[in-house]
Amino acid sequence: MKPQQHAVDREPQNLEMTDSNTLSHLELETPEKTFLDANELVINMGPQHPATHGVLRVILRLDGEKVLGLECVIGYLHRGVEKIGEHRTYTMFNPYVDRMDYVAAVSNGLGYCETVEKLLHVEAPPRAQYVRVILTELNRLASHQLWLGTHALDIGAITPLFYTFRDREEILKIYEKYCGARLTTHAFRIGGLQYETYNGFEREVKNFLSFFRPKIDEYEELLTTNRIWVERTKNVGIISAKDCIALGVTGPVLRASGVKWDLRKAQPYANYKNFDFDIPTCQNGDTYDRYLVRMAEMRQSVHIIEQAVEGLPEGPVMAKVPKVMKPPAGEIYHSIEAPKGELGYFIVSDGSTQPYRVRVRPPSFVNLQALDLMCRGQLVADVIAVIGTLDIVLGEVDR
Amino acid sequence: MIAKFRSTYGSGIEPLTYAGQNYMVVDRSMIPDILQVLRNEEQFDYCVDITAVHYPKREKQFDVIWVLYSYSRNERIRVKAQILDGESISSSVPIWAAANWLEREVFDMFGIKFDGHPDMKRILLPEGWKGYPLRKDYGILQQDNEWVQINLGIESGQ
Repeated sequence: MKPQQHAVDREPQNLEMTDSNTLSHLELETPEKTFLDANELVINMGPQHPATHGVLRVILRLDGEKVLGLECVIGYLHRGVEKIGEHRTYTMFNPYVDRMDYVAAVSNGLGYCETVEKLLHVEAPPRAQYVRVILTELNRLASHQLWLGTHALDIGAITPLFYTFRDREEILKIYEKYCGARLTTHAFRIGGLQYETYNGFEREVKNFLSFFRPKIDEYEELLTTNRIWVERTKNVGIISAKDCIALGVTGPVLRASGVKWDLRKAQPYANYKNFDFDIPTCQNGDTYDRYLVRMAEMRQSVHIIEQAVEGLPEGPVMAKVPKVMKPPAGEIYHSIEAPKGELGYFIVSDGSTQPYRVRVRPPSFVNLQALDLMCRGQLVADVIAVIGTLDIVLGEVDR
Repeated sequence: MIAKFRSTYGSGIEPLTYAGQNYMVVDRSMIPDILQVLRNEEQFDYCVDITAVHYPKREKQFDVIWVLYSYSRNERIRVKAQILDGESISSSVPIWAAANWLEREVFDMFGIKFDGHPDMKRILLPEGWKGYPLRKDYGILQQDNEWVQINLGIESGQ
């Protein structure tokens, strides 16, 4: 890349009036062709664009208002998380993973802890597993709420943002009471949980569920049959199941295209096999369907948390793990169903206290690759809707 | 599956298992063929991840790893190939479109080139950056000072 010039060198404008009738500085040569006649227009969006949910730069190639193609420029938030992992012990690296998908920090932690547990050949005790499921599903609700609020705001509906942030606060309060943090929680430890639940945890989670269930209906009332919402989302950003699979797209985007696949069912981790829940799917694979799938997923999450709180067993919350962790040499790939899709960790151990290599398979990064395909033939305004519906977090894309 | 592969491709394939996870070490020369067969005949239709690991003390310094998943079989497999420093490897973009950005990231972080990739350039780091950060000889505090000075107008990013 060539060094960017911050100021364009320009001749100082001569603002002196030569003739009282003409404004000299406006006397420009008439162009032979106006810009509007040009067939192709390349414009830049971002990285500081309010609707890109972070620092994503998109270069659009347009024909009038129609998108011919686009290119994503990413890396603005690259912090070298994988490199840091190689220079920290297994325990020390745990809080770092929360900073990738910072709106679903608990899911990141779950994936990392379970992968290291697999390397160590230990398993978290049942009570820890239940608490993990409760907190992770609460996090899925929080992540979907944040998605809904900002996505609707991008499209022009302001009210859902206030509703979802108001209700998300209740989840964050539970986190704060449990571990002191609201966003980057570091809730889990390798081998289980550091903290036993606080007094009244179960009651508060139950209260939240009964408070939250009617709120989902409230969101739906605002949007599902809203004429503007439907016009802006139906048949926008369509992606077929075949394309989803070829591009490696996972999560709600894949399910909205009609593939009934969820890692919680396909390859159950934690103790998801103990719970009864559905995998919501839709057929059209457009923005509206992805909205419906995520709304239905929120209902399923509420259902899972309900069962987990009911069945929460007594017992220890920490397995026996050594203070200094030295997993035997080997390599493990383990993945979980994060709110955005398949979140995988590939960790290579060489038998020392630090991982030899930590690779994170981020769902947002892989899903973002589909943006080009989904936007072709759409209007510029739809690009914003499609970025919103992909539900990417740039902290995770760039790592 | 492995037995069938062995009879067709000979000793270039070594099947291994660790902690219940299957992977195979494949000779570099067989890479596009084996991946193509896995995709077309064994239904590994989802390319989950492509990554690499650097072992500076080995003669073949790099492991390139494909993590594959099959929706119909609900099964995962990893394919691993070892290559020398400076050696390239066949791109799998014609097999899975998902490989595009994943291979670019491997190139960005390790400097491994993929032959036949439609757009082999850096993805996370800026294009003019020198060095490949995830190599073991690249220090954790190291950075391309020249790039930082020219483009950010500061003495150092540290």
